[in-house]
Amino acid sequence: MIAAQLGQALRLKLAEVGEAARLFGNILARLPRSLLRFGLVRDQVYFLGNRSLSLIGVSGLFVGFVLCLQGYYTLQRYGSAEAVGLLVALSLVRELGPVVTALLFAGRAGTSLTAEIGLMKAGEQLTAMEMMAVDPITRVLAPRFWGGVIAMPLLAALFSAIGIVGGWAVAVPLIGIDAGAFWSQMQGGVDVWADVGNGVIKSFVFGITVTFVALLQGYTCKPTPEGVSQATTRTVVLSSLAVLALDFMLTAMMFSI
Amino acid sequence: MASQSSVSADPERPLVELRDVSVGYGDRLILENIHLSIPRGKVLALIGTSGGGKTTVLRLLGRQLRPVKGQVLFNGQDLAPLDLDQLYAVRRRMGLLFQFGALFTDLSVFENVAFPLREHTQLPEAMVRDLVLMKLNAVGLRGSAEMMPSEVSGGMARRVALARAIALDPDLVLYDEPFAGLDPISLGVAARLIRDLNDALGLTSVVVSHDLHETFLIADQVAMIANGRIVAQGTPAELRASTDPLVLQFVGAHADGPVHFHQPAVPVAQDFGLAASEKFEKAAA
Repeated sequence: MIAAQLGQALRLKLAEVGEAARLFGNILARLPRSLLRFGLVRDQVYFLGNRSLSLIGVSGLFVGFVLCLQGYYTLQRYGSAEAVGLLVALSLVRELGPVVTALLFAGRAGTSLTAEIGLMKAGEQLTAMEMMAVDPITRVLAPRFWGGVIAMPLLAALFSAIGIVGGWAVAVPLIGIDAGAFWSQMQGGVDVWADVGNGVIKSFVFGITVTFVALLQGYTCKPTPEGVSQATTRTVVLSSLAVLALDFMLTAMMFSI
Repeated sequence: MASQSSVSADPERPLVELRDVSVGYGDRLILENIHLSIPRGKVLALIGTSGGGKTTVLRLLGRQLRPVKGQVLFNGQDLAPLDLDQLYAVRRRMGLLFQFGALFTDLSVFENVAFPLREHTQLPEAMVRDLVLMKLNAVGLRGSAEMMPSEVSGGMARRVALARAIALDPDLVLYDEPFAGLDPISLGVAARLIRDLNDALGLTSVVVSHDLHETFLIADQVAMIANGRIVAQGTPAELRASTDPLVLQFVGAHADGPVHFHQPAVPVAQDFGLAASEKFEKAAA
């Protein structure tokens, strides 16, 4: 009896995974059509990206402040306080930029995507589209997906850049570290491919993850107020967990290469 | 288009036919062995009790559902085996009016009506504008083109949805409860629009409705569906004159009859205890 129930539950889960994989494949297959109507993607880059700018900017600034203070606390014990610029830059471009941006992006853009798609479903707008012979995956999901995938790395880059400025603001004017040493250590120690490149790869992967989880939750939610609210919560929980787990895996892979 | 040529080839053939159709979920059949043909240019009304399968017929016609048995033919073409592209080609020639309009809430009234034109045609902007304003004019809402769906009343939203449904000049328009929740004025307007548009644009219309008075005024044919079957079919006058007990109950709006007031339940004694049931039975007697 219990075995049967377990089997049934496992089968349902597997079916869900299969459906998610099919949706992912369907969205990817729409790439040529999304490129043909790039205006729709551009609009989504604006909605998802531009409207997250203030959140990303302010967060980046504060993360930069704190990183610099904490880094200085440790480094000054070893007499290498000038290296704080390098520490801030490496932490941001390799790790915190992509990860924190992805977490914020899930909360800011992911939830709005899930709620939007869920409410469109609840209001029969997606069915109406199908009945008008317009494919909702092509018209609604794919442009949002590519919009999110494009917006996320740009936001992460901005987050890191503003974080570095925040680090400078604490290190140079506040603590009194020499500006030349601050920047030259950073310039000498950050590698474009090994450090910045890895950060960019991460932010792409996180962009795909967060945007897809948000779209999937919206598209498969129960079309009721309760269903939409649960889906929105799941978007934040699942995409945050996925980002943290993927981050570990990517970092481990990048270290081993 | 092959299906386009078949329209001119055989104008006598019904636009839509349901041949011996059964449909259901799992073991439970919602419709059983339905035969229905909808002649071109006519307004067919589907009436019947809630949950009786009327909306299921609409969902069959747009192939949102596939029958478990039988065929649904549009222009002589069976809908079941079509792939997505072929299905979309057929759906372009249908309009569906949802019960609550299902307007795109982020687009203005104008853009809602323009949506199918922009998706399916490459018309220049000036022509899209003219077409949209013509459709909106037909439903009396040319002056509301710039409003958002949240700013229009329920009756107006349904008229916008109607303008959107006829934007591509379809052959068939399906109306799901077009009169539900409308005030008497909006209701009269909606009914007249359905009839007038049907005649002016040469459409074929299927109206699912509970509102017998308005429906009987505009319909050429009425089919009554109950318990998954078509129990009566004919002109409105024929249905009014029917002596079938179910039709009598429905047209006369009687609470009890072949459709029972009480849903099946365990005996009263079991739910309320024996003493209580005696009291109930006495009271009922």
